[in-house]
Amino acid sequence: MERSFVARNPSVLWFLLALSIFTIVVTILSEALGLGLMSTSFLKTLGKTLCLCLVAVAMDVVWGYCGILSLGHFAFFGIGGYAVGMWLMYARTEGIVLTSLASAPLPPTPEEVTSAIGTQIFGVVGSSEFPAIWAFSDSLILQLLAVVLVPGLLALVFGWLAFRSRVTGVYLSILTQAMTLALSLYFFQNDTGLRGNNGLSGLQNIPGLESVSQATISLWFFWASALALGLGYVLFAWLVSGKLGSVIRAIRDNEARVRFLGYHVEGYKLFVFTVTAMVAGIAGALYYPQAGIINPAEIAPVASIYLAVWVAIGGRGRLYGAIIGAALVSLMSSWFTGGSAPDINLGIYVVKWTDWWLVLLGLTFVAVTLFFPKGIGGLFDRLVRNPDGGAR
Amino acid sequence: MNGSLLEVSGVTVTFDGFRAINNLSLQIGEPELRAVIGPNGAGKTTFMDIVTGKTKPDEGRVLWGEKSVSLLEMSESQIAQAGIGRKFQKPTVFEAQTVRENIVMALRNPRGPFDVLFRRGEVASEERVRGISDEIGLTEALDKVSGTLSHGQKQWLEIGMLLAQDPRLLLVDEPAAGMTPAEREHTTDLLVRAARTRAVIVVEHDMEFVRRLDCKVTVLHEGSVLAEGRLDHVTQNQDVIDVYLGR
Repeated sequence: MERSFVARNPSVLWFLLALSIFTIVVTILSEALGLGLMSTSFLKTLGKTLCLCLVAVAMDVVWGYCGILSLGHFAFFGIGGYAVGMWLMYARTEGIVLTSLASAPLPPTPEEVTSAIGTQIFGVVGSSEFPAIWAFSDSLILQLLAVVLVPGLLALVFGWLAFRSRVTGVYLSILTQAMTLALSLYFFQNDTGLRGNNGLSGLQNIPGLESVSQATISLWFFWASALALGLGYVLFAWLVSGKLGSVIRAIRDNEARVRFLGYHVEGYKLFVFTVTAMVAGIAGALYYPQAGIINPAEIAPVASIYLAVWVAIGGRGRLYGAIIGAALVSLMSSWFTGGSAPDINLGIYVVKWTDWWLVLLGLTFVAVTLFFPKGIGGLFDRLVRNPDGGAR
Repeated sequence: MNGSLLEVSGVTVTFDGFRAINNLSLQIGEPELRAVIGPNGAGKTTFMDIVTGKTKPDEGRVLWGEKSVSLLEMSESQIAQAGIGRKFQKPTVFEAQTVRENIVMALRNPRGPFDVLFRRGEVASEERVRGISDEIGLTEALDKVSGTLSHGQKQWLEIGMLLAQDPRLLLVDEPAAGMTPAEREHTTDLLVRAARTRAVIVVEHDMEFVRRLDCKVTVLHEGSVLAEGRLDHVTQNQDVIDVYLGR
């Protein structure tokens, strides 16, 4: 007989339990509600890490389960960040402008207000006009919709073109890299209307919540990130454990055979590619208000490659593997590059981790690929023996 | 048997100047069991590739069903949904998944991503899985990962997946390759039984296996039909003896 969802996905319960405990512990340690043993900046780092875990899970579904090595999912993450960032910047600037104009002798006309906001936002790129893509930036609802719809639509169109032509394997990876590079160059241009290389900043200040302290806002975002990760995990576990998961794993292992079974392989790839892109957008929308700033360097091609490295180190084809990989590597990365790792003095040469971290990461990646193809998550398989090896 | 199920006429395929299929014409009715034999390079596998949509011919027609729709404009998945199932020479089951998952995937059900996700329009899956696993003798192994099956069991699983698709035409490429005599016998039974209600085309090298199928035989040579008829009749044909048996 077919087993229930939880029986097929034992990792879901364990993961949700671990995530809840983690959230409670962090809340207790936080400055806002708890003992104040954890700094707000570290709280933000943890919240951001949860968002990275979410995009890593999405990456694992598209790569580890469906076999599409997308080197563009971090671009969808960035687009989500930009979408929410536009509203944050607009609404906050509007607040500032209205306050400053309130003292003027004559009440300002709407044109004057718009122009003043435009000057504030686009002054850095020598403009005061609102570009067309900011048309909806005054509406939180529409920008939140854009967080999901823009990455989704982009993935749909790109995927439709690529999968329809039956581009697979490394060629598809190269195409996704090209897409990411093109997007990042597009965002870099001042003409695009997203403030070029300055990006969007001040995103940690939430309009309407000026009276709430950063410590509290950070905690709220941490909770939201934990909730999104929990929901995302359940969603993807449901996607990959049923018959759909069976079909997409079959596509990963032998695409041609799946066609002869009568499945329209391209439709499945497009579905997975698009859904994961939308989740990546959500993760990005939660990440950047915690980071405070987003600029085009964030969606550079290398970011998407890091994403693939996390998933490979954590273990492809198992959702918790992606989480382990993303959390471990991104936290270590911020530790090593943040200057808190002690330098090693070899007498003739001082190993500075800010320089050598990438080398260490690269070597780890090579070692994991060669010696532990299943990644860190693969170690769990030795502990937990799955009776039928079916659901992972 | 007027109105054939599959009608291949005047089909030619060239790969880099080599004519893999040369003006091939062939018809099969429903139900019918047909063996296609021929030496290496006779175009047996290419013939299957054309019918299943993997290869597009340069010339000719491939017509299907009562309405004589052309298969040439259809994709592999559309052809499979129209009712043509294919078994490959090398057993190609999804080795990382269980026998049950393999069969459930093959079961004739709506095939769209959303149909599959919400399992829309599925009828009595478990019963059908049982029926098929009994037929192929893998009921005990339903929850085993199919990569752990023996070679013969994988072949049967693949035949079972074909049966699960409930096709009107089965194309079976060398089903007996690498099987023990007992396994061969079981395979023969499966195919003969399947051919009672549908069309089955078996491509085979092994004369003994073909003899046991006891059906009409088509001999291919250099991409076209050399002879057609009962096995005894065909093996007495001088052309066939020259190119195939008289080595």
